[in-house]
Amino acid sequence: MRDRYGVPFWKAVFYLLTAVGFVVLVRRYAYGLGAVTNLSDAYPWGLWIGFDVLCGVGLAAGGFTITTVVYVFNAKRFKPIVRPTILTAFLGYVLVIVALLADLGRPWNLWRPIVLWNPRSVMFEVAWCVMLYTTVLALEFSSLLLEKLRWTRALAVQQAVTLPLVVAGALLSTLHQSSLGSLYLIVPGKLHPLWYTPLLPVLFFLSAIAVGLAMVIVESRLSSRAFGRALEMPLVSEVGRVLVAALGVYAVTRVFDLADRGVLGAAFRPTGEAGLFWLEFLGGVLLPMGRLAAPRVRANTGALYGAALLTVMGFVVHRLNVSITGFESAQGGRYVPAWSELAITLMLVALGFGVFALAVRHLRVYPEAAPARA
Amino acid sequence: MPKRRRSRALLVDITRCIGCRACVGACKEAHGLPGDDTATELSATSLTAMVDQGDLHVRRLCMHCEDPSCASVCPVGALHKTDLGPVAYDARLCLGCRYCMVACPFNVPRYEWTKAVPAVRKCDMCIERVAQGQLPACVDACPVEATVAGDRDELLAEAHHRIAERPGDYHPHVYGETEAGGTSVLFLSPVPFAQLGFVQGLPAEPLPDLTWQVLEKVPGVVTLGGAALLAVWWITHRREEVAAAQTAREDDHA
Ligand code: SF4
Ligand code: SF4
Repeated sequence: MRDRYGVPFWKAVFYLLTAVGFVVLVRRYAYGLGAVTNLSDAYPWGLWIGFDVLCGVGLAAGGFTITTVVYVFNAKRFKPIVRPTILTAFLGYVLVIVALLADLGRPWNLWRPIVLWNPRSVMFEVAWCVMLYTTVLALEFSSLLLEKLRWTRALAVQQAVTLPLVVAGALLSTLHQSSLGSLYLIVPGKLHPLWYTPLLPVLFFLSAIAVGLAMVIVESRLSSRAFGRALEMPLVSEVGRVLVAALGVYAVTRVFDLADRGVLGAAFRPTGEAGLFWLEFLGGVLLPMGRLAAPRVRANTGALYGAALLTVMGFVVHRLNVSITGFESAQGGRYVPAWSELAITLMLVALGFGVFALAVRHLRVYPEAAPARA
Repeated sequence: MPKRRRSRALLVDITRCIGCRACVGACKEAHGLPGDDTATELSATSLTAMVDQGDLHVRRLCMHCEDPSCASVCPVGALHKTDLGPVAYDARLCLGCRYCMVACPFNVPRYEWTKAVPAVRKCDMCIERVAQGQLPACVDACPVEATVAGDRDELLAEAHHRIAERPGDYHPHVYGETEAGGTSVLFLSPVPFAQLGFVQGLPAEPLPDLTWQVLEKVPGVVTLGGAALLAVWWITHRREEVAAAQTAREDDHA
């Protein structure tokens, strides 16, 4: 990739973000969370939970949807998408764990849920899902490495357990995506009614499916720009078509839920919450859905990419509304992340891009392309 | 949750409080916390605080819920409701996920944001003293018995007795009797609690029930989901085999 698109520039950005993030991380461990974050007793969860964890896990959702579609529903035409989504999901989960290590006050106790069980806690369910699904993803991802190392025996074993792995991955992901929504079921009095609903787990699950598909489109575009490797256009268009359906199911559920709880009116009051709601729902769900419904848009690389980006934006705004802004009316005051919180987040994003780039160069991530020239 | 018998509780009667802040100071002393008795907001170093609202003085402290949200959400059980009554915390187990702070309907737990090895801080009803049959430090310090300790059932009866005896002096509600499923800290007030900033609109059912309604479905989702996925797999792949067999047969005939 050396010969394309200003690689030295992106490399410099990568090293800069990683270095700054690392310094912040050292400060955080030496002087406590207060030294680098704007977290407070009124806002104990901030950017790291709202973006790094909630969005990170959601953006990784392509991993289980695509593998399920290919291996369980036997839709072979999607097979070329399997590898990039598994790679994304695996990287996503590893980075979520890194984010948790920064966010937890006593990260060295992270293993304790293995022995101390509190099944009434959603966080307990979340902890187990993270541990088990990361293991599943590592095993799924291992085929790329084994193939590179030419360990054919191990590869054969790995391939033999594909179905159980895929099924386990689908179940764990369903639980994990929805349980991130369930985390907020216990705060009916604190979370704004535009976001608090008993359906939170369902909405988290449905929106994760949509954003997982959107990420397939986004990544394919980015890799084609950066490495000249991508999925074939008809396939990406097809993903766009499925995305319309996924967004549709989510949109109907969301509106039905608001109407059912009688809070649709809250969306039409002149409040900051209503504005954020429309940004998320109109800009990030209805608009991309409408655009993608047109075959002309799906056939155009740029337009398809734009609609996918809008979907990702809507998803991120929804997660931030649930985790941060939705609390403002009840908690008073406001949480705005410190630059140093942002620095950690950017470091994680940079690491994600960096490792993805490495993998595309050295492993057969996009199988139809020839292996790297290097 | 089994009903605890004879669980210890506190009754705070705002009509009696003279605002001397002895409880605030005594709490600091008992827990070895820095600062004096002027705290008006809970913090990592003030586990009880006092808000002055005109003639009325309102203590803030952990409500020691009967079915506490904080304990139900803690992934490792670092917080738990003791049979004795107090909701206790064990920092050695704590991950520092701070879900307890998010979940507490009364916004009670505080965090040691400036420490490298931080802990959650909140009132523990002086559990060590209570376990030895002593009074919590704040109760001990109160010169006018505005905060008293006792068994929850007896204190509830006492509270209703006070309201019945002098209905003109009391707002006819015991805060904590039903809030969030009931708490082990009960309040009496001369004015409606909303005027004093007490959290309103809490359901009478414990909040952890809201979570449990979903969590109890997990085993079902896993079993049904797993079975459904395998069924789909079998059907889609079977169809393929049949189709393959068919083509093979047609080829034979050809
Ligand atoms: S008031 Fe909050 S911290 Fe205290 S027991 Fe209840 S939920 Fe826990
Ligand atoms: S911060 Fe500690 S006590 Fe609170 S829920 Fe998390 S692990 Fe439990």
